[in-house]
Amino acid sequence: MQHLIILPILLPLFTGLAMLIKRDATMQPRRTIGLVSTALLVVISVALVVESSDGQISYYALGGWQPPFGIILVLDRLSALMVCLTSVLALGSLAYACAGDDKKGSNFHGLFQLQLMGINGAFLTGDMFNLFVFFEVLLIASYSLLMHGGGKDRTQAGFHYVALNLAGSAMFLIALGVLYGTTGTLNMADMGQRVAQLDPERLGLLKAGAFLLLVVFGLKSAILPLYFWLPRAYASAPAPVAALFAIMTKVGVYAILRVYTLIFGDSAGDLANFVQPWLWWFALATIALGGIGVLSARDLRTQVAYLILISVGTLLVGVSMDRVASLSALLYYMLHTTLVSGGLFLLADAIADQRGKAGARIVPGRGVTQPALLGLAYFVGAITVVGLPPLSGAIGKALLLDAAQPSEQPWLWSLLLLSSLAGLVAMGRSGSTVFWKAGKADPEGSRLKPSMLAGLALLLGASPLLAIFAGPITEFTQASAAQLLDPSAYTQAILAPTSGGGS
Amino acid sequence: MEALFATVTGFLAASGLYLALRGRTFPVVVGLTLLSYAVNLFLFSTGGLTTDGAAVIQDGKTHYADPLPQALVLTAIVIGFAMTAFSVILAMRVRGDQGSDQVNDQRGDDAREEKS
Repeated sequence: MQHLIILPILLPLFTGLAMLIKRDATMQPRRTIGLVSTALLVVISVALVVESSDGQISYYALGGWQPPFGIILVLDRLSALMVCLTSVLALGSLAYACAGDDKKGSNFHGLFQLQLMGINGAFLTGDMFNLFVFFEVLLIASYSLLMHGGGKDRTQAGFHYVALNLAGSAMFLIALGVLYGTTGTLNMADMGQRVAQLDPERLGLLKAGAFLLLVVFGLKSAILPLYFWLPRAYASAPAPVAALFAIMTKVGVYAILRVYTLIFGDSAGDLANFVQPWLWWFALATIALGGIGVLSARDLRTQVAYLILISVGTLLVGVSMDRVASLSALLYYMLHTTLVSGGLFLLADAIADQRGKAGARIVPGRGVTQPALLGLAYFVGAITVVGLPPLSGAIGKALLLDAAQPSEQPWLWSLLLLSSLAGLVAMGRSGSTVFWKAGKADPEGSRLKPSMLAGLALLLGASPLLAIFAGPITEFTQASAAQLLDPSAYTQAILAPTSGGGS
Repeated sequence: MEALFATVTGFLAASGLYLALRGRTFPVVVGLTLLSYAVNLFLFSTGGLTTDGAAVIQDGKTHYADPLPQALVLTAIVIGFAMTAFSVILAMRVRGDQGSDQVNDQRGDDAREEKS
């Protein structure tokens, strides 16, 4: 079914629009519509993964205008995997939000769906300018979601986030302008071909544009010198939104992965793989700083935000190694870290809710109302996020460590393992403070509602599932990595006139 | 014309950047707006500067301008306009919530620390 590719964009768009029809409507129908639509999105994205698993790269030409002139959506293994990851994460955080967080401000459900549309669009598009447009869609929705519920802390963190991202968008446009001016195309596949045959005189300009693009994507994915917005924004966002934001940094990582393998990959002539050595050092520095940040956090949510920073560094190290083994490891790690850190944000909120005044701060305070349940969830989440066996974090990190070559091992192994140790110490310390040094719990205190539990179970329960099905999943990520490192097949599928596609 | 165009764009971008780095919300918003104007002008020039060129194919015309940057600028203007409106409202909200228009107002943080 060829229209399947565009459904992950259209479905959230129409659902989001439907939410606007009656603004003062009661919550229940919106929750139902939102949940049904997101569940449908999961089904569609699984169908996309199945469709892409035969290795065929298919595209959807909007309006029937064929590439390189028309705007296209491209489905390959990587984009199908990312859309699937987004929809599962969205279902978990939406279920959690339906327990009452969505009532704290207006239009939560509509904005949530539009945010999903932006994220899915960014993963599926095959056109540079459309990547910008979908980035803007997801950013505009995220600005409002970040401030959902209001409050002093949120508006200030929100203003920083908005100002920084507006500057980022300006740089994105400058970079796009430079790339278009030098290559004369915006289609990613076509651009990749033209970069290889470029006049050497314009190479410097193109390189400047490509580096500027790296800055923009680095800002989105929160790599070292550009990460300062992340801990504050994520720690002050409402829990379900913070959980959904776990995918936002991965959009940046995806964009780096796509652009610097397809356009500036092996076939790019003089510019082949020129950013990878830069990424390597910045990513390692991000891991080191994330480890320090995790130890210094005084709030559970800030702690999870720094754990996200470590995971971003780990992912980008995988990108910079630029081999099938490392890319496959990073894709597996990306599935794991996105779902688990989303789950940990929800868990931190549930803990804060049950502790009353102490909130999410890591201080001895009142005990939680359901110590067994939350303690178990925290235990599972902590084990998997710091990468202890037997859960998925250990597998992801082991795959990545294994992918390093002898010359890279001293740096990667020491930093990655030390940051895991820092995470372990920090998670252990905050867990014992929150659960063991706690006073008496309030027996009348708030308890987890069924839908909160469902959201938590989906996101944290994904970790054991990822570990059990590690075989088939790594097979898929390996094939995706191989597909990613073969840009000529991508170009062939998009630009060869014989291949079908479109509508 | 190229030199004039480049100077204007560069001057706009520099002023925008300077204002965006100021410590109060209003100059920041104005700075980001100027920056987006500079970007729009820059995008406009990426197809090469032409005067009197037709953007759409017509009979008997031989002199054409690149139509794509024009379409891109249109999109960028719309998005930039929406973002400016949003950031103005947000800046007012920050002013209302905090009682000050400093971007990095630390007073709220101190109050919270003392309470805890």
